[in-house]
Amino acid sequence: MTFWTYRRRDNLVGYLFVAPALLGSLAFVLVPLGMVGWYSLNEWNVLGGTFEFIGGENYARLLADEKLRDSLVATAWFAAGLVVLNLSLALLLAVLLNQKLRGTTLFRTLFFSPVLVSLVAWTLVWQLMLQPEGSVNGLLGVFGVDGPNWLRGETTAMVSVVVVQVIKNVGLNMVLFLAALQGVPAPLYEAAKIDGAGAWRRFRSITIPLISPTILLTSIITIVGSLQVFAQIAVLTQGGPGTSTTVLIYYLYQQAFQFHHFGYGATISVLLFVIVAALTLLQWQMRRKWVLHES
Amino acid sequence: MSRKVALYGLLCLLCVPFVFPTWWMVTSSMKPISEIFSESLLPSEWTFSTYETVFKMQPFGQQYWNSLYIAVVVTAGTMAVAALAGYAFARIRFPGQNVLFVVVLTGLLIPSEVTIVPLFQLFQSLGMTNTHWPLIIVPIFGAPCVLAIFIMRQFFIALPPELEEAARMDGLGRAGIFYRIALPLSRPALGAVAIFTFLHSWNLYLEPIVYLSTPDMFTLPQALTQFVDIYGGPMWNVQLAAATMTAVPILVVFVVAQRQFIEGLAHTGVKG
Repeated sequence: MTFWTYRRRDNLVGYLFVAPALLGSLAFVLVPLGMVGWYSLNEWNVLGGTFEFIGGENYARLLADEKLRDSLVATAWFAAGLVVLNLSLALLLAVLLNQKLRGTTLFRTLFFSPVLVSLVAWTLVWQLMLQPEGSVNGLLGVFGVDGPNWLRGETTAMVSVVVVQVIKNVGLNMVLFLAALQGVPAPLYEAAKIDGAGAWRRFRSITIPLISPTILLTSIITIVGSLQVFAQIAVLTQGGPGTSTTVLIYYLYQQAFQFHHFGYGATISVLLFVIVAALTLLQWQMRRKWVLHES
Repeated sequence: MSRKVALYGLLCLLCVPFVFPTWWMVTSSMKPISEIFSESLLPSEWTFSTYETVFKMQPFGQQYWNSLYIAVVVTAGTMAVAALAGYAFARIRFPGQNVLFVVVLTGLLIPSEVTIVPLFQLFQSLGMTNTHWPLIIVPIFGAPCVLAIFIMRQFFIALPPELEEAARMDGLGRAGIFYRIALPLSRPALGAVAIFTFLHSWNLYLEPIVYLSTPDMFTLPQALTQFVDIYGGPMWNVQLAAATMTAVPILVVFVVAQRQFIEGLAHTGVKG
């Protein structure tokens, strides 16, 4: 037998194939994550050129920081609003498009199209439409409603960023739901009909349980995605008015790259990491427990 | 019958916020500035001067090229890295495989925003700020690639092993099996990965504004926000012209290839 058996060669090929991804993960994910942890234990002012070990002081500051508390509240509202609105609208659109109707392909294309419009372009257009004299208020005016200055009121600004983001990306979840709906076996509905179940009952007792893996998948994608929303906030509201739309990642950007507090910025990064990791792991756990049948 | 009418009515109504912004972006970019807030669906007179202004105010052609080439390189690189790793994790057995897979998967828990501070520091010490390297290397090898690896792995796991065994009987080595058999079969998954990756790179905003500082290096999302007058007020119609130029080509590609697009994504979503 030669040294290079099929087995050995296979091992080598395996290592070579995963090497780029593995080295990349180490260099650009894990080592930087460790550095974020280290930086968070230091006072580091880039402009002043100071770098000094201060232990847990940044964390103490984090706990006392009222702006951070505001930011967490804004992040929670944004994520909750986004997930609820996005998933329910995506499901509604998918159900509508799943009817036997001519022209659903056209509507599917139209609902999906914002996904492909460049993000900042989409946001700029909405920024303009949400001006006091913009199209949104123009449309409301037709119905005799005097619209507010959307981006200047605390609540309306939050509503605006949520809605703009939902309309931009709901098409993705809609497509996933549509595929899931088409996978529900039709005989189940027939049988339920014969048993006298109404449309709502059929939806609740057949559709929802059978598409639950997709509901979970989309909710994971959407929640974790909501924590990464930056451009929309930066363009639409710059976190304002006040701190009403300063989501965590925007606050991180402000502290690190506008105020040059790298140490404190890293501390906020740690917090962001903990939240994302906790949410993801929680949802994986739920996936095991709750979701019906998984192939 | 009335149910059908109601359904169509509902669909048309729901369409408005999805379609109107794009329509309004395109038409308003050709309106004189005085009409920018008018409700009219079409300009009273068509003007293309805003499009000229776009190129006068910024090196817009260069910025377009920057965004485009970065997105293409990132997409090609991600497809290569993800296909190789996804295949190896799915089909090859080697010691330590599971541990290594978990190491790579941690990227799903660590969005690239979390590590922006040390990465900035890293690239600054390498003298790579205000270059496109960070926008290319990190997405290909870092956290954004992990989802692509996961999608590819899920695809290769579901591939029937008989095909590979037949090829092995014919004397094909592992690399040959991957390149000649598995890779061509993975086109649907690769297509979905390509679309996700391209859009992700094309829309990147935080990283460019952190790393890039001169207009000739800017990417499109960053450039779009730079059309301001000397008082810092936004020049709406010029912004809209630039926005139109960034959005329309992709929309056209989508409309032409929409079936492959949507079905490719849906397919992967169910599997992944």
